[in-house]
Amino acid sequence: MIWLDALVCLLMVVVAVTATTVRNLVSAVIMVGVVSLLVSYLFLRMGAPDVAMTEAAIGAALTTVIFLIALRRTGEGR
Amino acid sequence: MTRTVVTLIALVAIAGLFFVLLGLGTPDELGTVSRHYVERGIAENRAANLVTSVVVNYRGLDTLGEVTVLFLSVTGAAFVLRRRERKPVDAKASRASEIVQTGARVLVAPIMLFGAYIFVHGHLTPGGGFQGGAVVASGVLLLLLADRERELPHGLMSWLESLSGFAFVVAGLAGLWVAGSFLANRGVLPLGEWNRLLSAGIIPVIYILIGLKVGSELAALLDVMMRGEAVAGGPSGDRHRGGGKRHGGGTSRRAGKKRTKGGRR
Repeated sequence: MIWLDALVCLLMVVVAVTATTVRNLVSAVIMVGVVSLLVSYLFLRMGAPDVAMTEAAIGAALTTVIFLIALRRTGEGR
Repeated sequence: MTRTVVTLIALVAIAGLFFVLLGLGTPDELGTVSRHYVERGIAENRAANLVTSVVVNYRGLDTLGEVTVLFLSVTGAAFVLRRRERKPVDAKASRASEIVQTGARVLVAPIMLFGAYIFVHGHLTPGGGFQGGAVVASGVLLLLLADRERELPHGLMSWLESLSGFAFVVAGLAGLWVAGSFLANRGVLPLGEWNRLLSAGIIPVIYILIGLKVGSELAALLDVMMRGEAVAGGPSGDRHRGGGKRHGGGTSRRAGKKRTKGGRR
């Protein structure tokens, strides 16, 4: 299981760095959402289901959606 | 080139910082306050989920502050992106695909129910007002995605929000009245039996209020953002956005200007 955790950590770093370099803003927003989802898995593994739920619901879902709506409204999303 | 070097140096510095933190390690035994929470928490509040007992009771004032912060930020967003008079939008353009519509019809009710379950059972299972409220708001989001023209019950939502915030403060004051400290749990409501739905005194009441408040606030935030889009992103807005690009994206204020221009056309 520790290997899965290490893999998730590594994936998180890779996705986070890619989010800063990718040209397409929509992809960047999705990647930030993916980082939130992965970190919520880590919270769950560390025995904090309450925090994991908050992170998954607000960090991964609502924040991503609000960023996407904002991108569409400013016309940067395409 | 310089940017890459600076980025690399920053990354190495941050990694070094984490290694320092790793060296500090975690303390082997609990501090005075946390030991009190762990050893006496269940006896004092009878909440099966100890986290809830800390969030709503021991640190209840901080939670009230959090709720206030969320309220202020949503109010600010609603002020900046306030709803304008809606033009009749082409129904075809604003309609979601068949899959989204059917999916919403099936899924919205279970999602809302699950959100309500999370905040009603906050003192028994992981989760609580904030998490349940966010799940309820995502159900509302699905509803709005499926049908852009849908009008949410704004009056009901703002009443729900204000009343639950008010009732939170009233519950806190009841603790002050009965037990002598703000948001005290003991003596306000019977504590009940451990691990039952009706237990933990005032904690489930407050979490239900927080759930209603957070859910209606986040739903209102999503609504105000999507509505603005529905006006600017209509068939005429599309043409407009192409024109607006020349000026390079823009803040919401600029988007508003564009929109009024579109109305004149």
